[in-house]
Amino acid sequence: MTEINNSILTLILLLPLAGAVLVALAPDRFKLPNWIALVTTLATFGLTLHLPAHFDKTQPGFQFVINIPWIQSPSIHYHVGVDGLSMWLVVLVGLLAPIGVVASWRAIRERRKLFFTLFLIQQTAMFGVFLSLDLMVYYGFWELSLVPMAILIAMYGRKDGPKAALRFFLFTFIPSAPLLVAILWLYTVTGSFDFTTLQILIAHGNLPAGALFWAALAFLFAFAVKVPVFPLHGWVADTFSEAPVALAMIVAGKLGLYSMLRFHIGLFPEQARAVAPLLVGLAVAGILYGACLALVQRDFWRLMAFAALSHLSLITLGIYGLTLTGWDGAIYQILNHGVVDGALFLLLGVLYDRYATSQINSYGGLAAKLPRTAMFFVIASLAMIGLPMLGGFVGEFLILVGTFTGVSKGWAIAATLGVILSAAYMLWLVQRLFFGPESALAVSKPPEDLRLGQLAVLWPLSALMLVMGLAPMLWLSTIEKGAHPPPLQVQTISSHGEGQR
Amino acid sequence: MNPFHDIYRTLPEVVLTLTGVLVMLLDATLPPGWARRPLGWVAALGTTFALWGSLFQLSLPEGTGFSGTIETSAFTVFFHVLICGIVLVALLLSLDTLPEKSHHQGEFYALVVFGAVGMCLLTGAVELLLVFIALEISSIATYILAGYRKHTARGPEAAIKYFLLGSFATAFLLYGIAMIFGATGTTQIYEIARLVPIAQNHAFILAGMGLMLVGILFKVSAAPFHVWTPDVYEGSPTPVVALMSTAPKAAAFALLLRVVYEMLPTLRPVWQPLLWVVAVLSMTVGNLAALRQQNVKRMLAYSAIAHAGYLLAAFAALGSSSDSVPGGIAAASFYTAAYAAMNVGIFAVVTLVSGYDEKLPLINDYRGLIYRSPLLGSLLIFFLVSLIGIPFTGGFFGKFYSFAAAVGGGAIWLAIIGLLNSGLAAAYYLRLALVAAQRPDLDGIAKSVTPQGRPQVGVAVGAALLFAVVATLFLGIRPNWVLQAAESGAHTLQAPPAETILPANPAGPQSQP
Repeated sequence: MTEINNSILTLILLLPLAGAVLVALAPDRFKLPNWIALVTTLATFGLTLHLPAHFDKTQPGFQFVINIPWIQSPSIHYHVGVDGLSMWLVVLVGLLAPIGVVASWRAIRERRKLFFTLFLIQQTAMFGVFLSLDLMVYYGFWELSLVPMAILIAMYGRKDGPKAALRFFLFTFIPSAPLLVAILWLYTVTGSFDFTTLQILIAHGNLPAGALFWAALAFLFAFAVKVPVFPLHGWVADTFSEAPVALAMIVAGKLGLYSMLRFHIGLFPEQARAVAPLLVGLAVAGILYGACLALVQRDFWRLMAFAALSHLSLITLGIYGLTLTGWDGAIYQILNHGVVDGALFLLLGVLYDRYATSQINSYGGLAAKLPRTAMFFVIASLAMIGLPMLGGFVGEFLILVGTFTGVSKGWAIAATLGVILSAAYMLWLVQRLFFGPESALAVSKPPEDLRLGQLAVLWPLSALMLVMGLAPMLWLSTIEKGAHPPPLQVQTISSHGEGQR
Repeated sequence: MNPFHDIYRTLPEVVLTLTGVLVMLLDATLPPGWARRPLGWVAALGTTFALWGSLFQLSLPEGTGFSGTIETSAFTVFFHVLICGIVLVALLLSLDTLPEKSHHQGEFYALVVFGAVGMCLLTGAVELLLVFIALEISSIATYILAGYRKHTARGPEAAIKYFLLGSFATAFLLYGIAMIFGATGTTQIYEIARLVPIAQNHAFILAGMGLMLVGILFKVSAAPFHVWTPDVYEGSPTPVVALMSTAPKAAAFALLLRVVYEMLPTLRPVWQPLLWVVAVLSMTVGNLAALRQQNVKRMLAYSAIAHAGYLLAAFAALGSSSDSVPGGIAAASFYTAAYAAMNVGIFAVVTLVSGYDEKLPLINDYRGLIYRSPLLGSLLIFFLVSLIGIPFTGGFFGKFYSFAAAVGGGAIWLAIIGLLNSGLAAAYYLRLALVAAQRPDLDGIAKSVTPQGRPQVGVAVGAALLFAVVATLFLGIRPNWVLQAAESGAHTLQAPPAETILPANPAGPQSQP
């Protein structure tokens, strides 16, 4: 078993890549690419489940660590590991990937080989971002994650794919220029790309404070665009309305939020605390702005995009409130948001495939014809708006409590207003899609409800939402081990460092 | 002394010259009706031998031959191998794409090989007159190759432009050499390095350095000496562009490294700000102009100018490597290799897509390429991704080492400008990639402009493409090996060879990091 523990992370990284090669080599017949992708993603999901099963909750720090030199000059190590923060994100990506394959099963009709090859490469890149503990390797996967995404948007976009792809790519590629400069600068002053080494050196290393501030800002800027944080969200609407469903559900938010936690606050706690009030303000602005825009959208992809902006801003609020409660809530909410968004995108994708439009007012009265679709959509919507006993409640509640007690009552009240607005636009969307008089569009096509494969995904997902609402401690107990906002974290590291001496 | 001593010191050049002569003789003696294509294989074989020859030179002790005019060291071997590799790929590329009925095919192969002789000499020369001769050998071959498609209007235009402007640049170089000779009384590079700090005529030396830099920067197409590049690239046959955008540039960069780091290390405070400015200008001008291009070859020409800028960023660093950061010389050498791999690759794809007659020169002509030919489409996107500088490709580590060297040398702003520029550059590379990935049935244009449907990939071209892909990936995943070669080259460039005995260097404090 220890042998598996020693190489499990490499296996997780390599399996989707192997699947990608296999898809690229296999003939495009009998839906072979789809099946290979499905089997690969399911097997990968199985591998990711190995992590929580063998995670030692009593031990702080990184587990399943692999650290071997890759390049001598500059010294880049293949250094990967998980802690309570990243482990569940890895599992989440593992879970969402087969769902993405199911969502693309019928939506992608041509060039399936290319689609699934790139999809699996994208999965490897995302795992790489969550697992890397060497800044260069991390940066490598971070950049790599842009390429399949951009090509897939361009090739499989709905109306104006190439334009959306260009916008997505530039928005996320240009901010990584200062990020790379900051990484290089850190390397020249410390001689290391290693996360844990850098953490100690930055906390105690007497690095120039002014330059550190700018480096931290460069990190933050790159991550804030990727999340997105309020004024930097220009790419979101186009990307969500053009991206294939499978991509939209797998990518949204996670990379940027995780990077903020690990590489901004984790590396630069002092500098992060200095900018935290600004981010709290921007996050609240994003919550309200996104919710208001979501209310007035006529296209459900765009509505989902602004809803995502609003919800991701809430998570940002939890992160930069820098309270323990807020962090637990934020990380929990990333997981929950991933699951709920996955289900919603899958269902909207089904509707779009069937009726070929995303205009909300073309729909209406579908509940009578597609009762199962309607039921799952309602469950997922309720989970999204934070109904108690479903997953969304736990995360949002913890974030708001953290903000209320740890930051300021005013911000917490404003953020709560956003949560109420989210109930408004989601329920209104449900009403316009599924209830009311039957629209001409709904009449025009014979009813065809969810298929077996989709049901096989949606039942467990809905059950998961319920379990996440009822038994959050299953997750929170490990999350709390990994996540500590700066004050606590600095203490642990310093005691750790002195212990070594 | 071993009578073969001098021959060993110039082994690749000798092999290449013999190959070129053999190809020309065969071309002249073979009956006119016979195909000239096998001559290309002869040239490729000769180039392979030359490559082995330069690897053999690694076993020689570091030193000079032909009365101290030409040096063999890890540095020269690095560039010899690189140049021979590029020439080999360009020959393989031409084998399948030159029209069968061309009357001057033999001449073409001979010229490519003769050009390679000049480039190899250029990297090894430690005597300024030999530098000049080597530069002329390589340039004249390229001038002729640039105008090889003489039945078109643009071919001769390209050749004449290149020739006129290139002659001016060479004249500048020669003038600079004359001035330095006037100030120091010698043209031997080590001697000059020794004499510069104690020379009386400081103004002469500075003027000579400036003029030489103009000549060399013209050859590497750095702004503001870049004006010829787009016109020449557009008019020349694409396989020739694949060659001349990489191999002569590699040789010229080797010369630049030798001139600034070995000949004039004491003038570092003077040339470093100059190169800083040229680097920023090149990348900015190149990228801004490339954004506006509709013609693929012109776009790649401006991209070449920008890449010259990224490469020059490495010159902001100290020459030697520290523990953590590769030095300027190693970073620049690595970048030349990475750039060569991906650029030869993308021009190979362009050759295959648009054909020798270039029926499809525009970016919009590439619409739906990936549907028409999945192989070429994927390769195009792959090389573009490398040019953008995405990790796990050679382009990434090229930029990475170059900017790491700049940051290590204290030029943080140069690195920031450079990386923002590479973000800008992503826009036009990506535009081409996205056009190639676009569904062709969105409008009916693609079908109407596709003359031959699916482009064919022959054995020789396939080998060339494979070579470029493997090199680009290898440099992106295991850069160590090449970087170490570049670093050992950098050491030999900094330490004068054992045969030349120098007095204690009375250099200024700047030369001692």
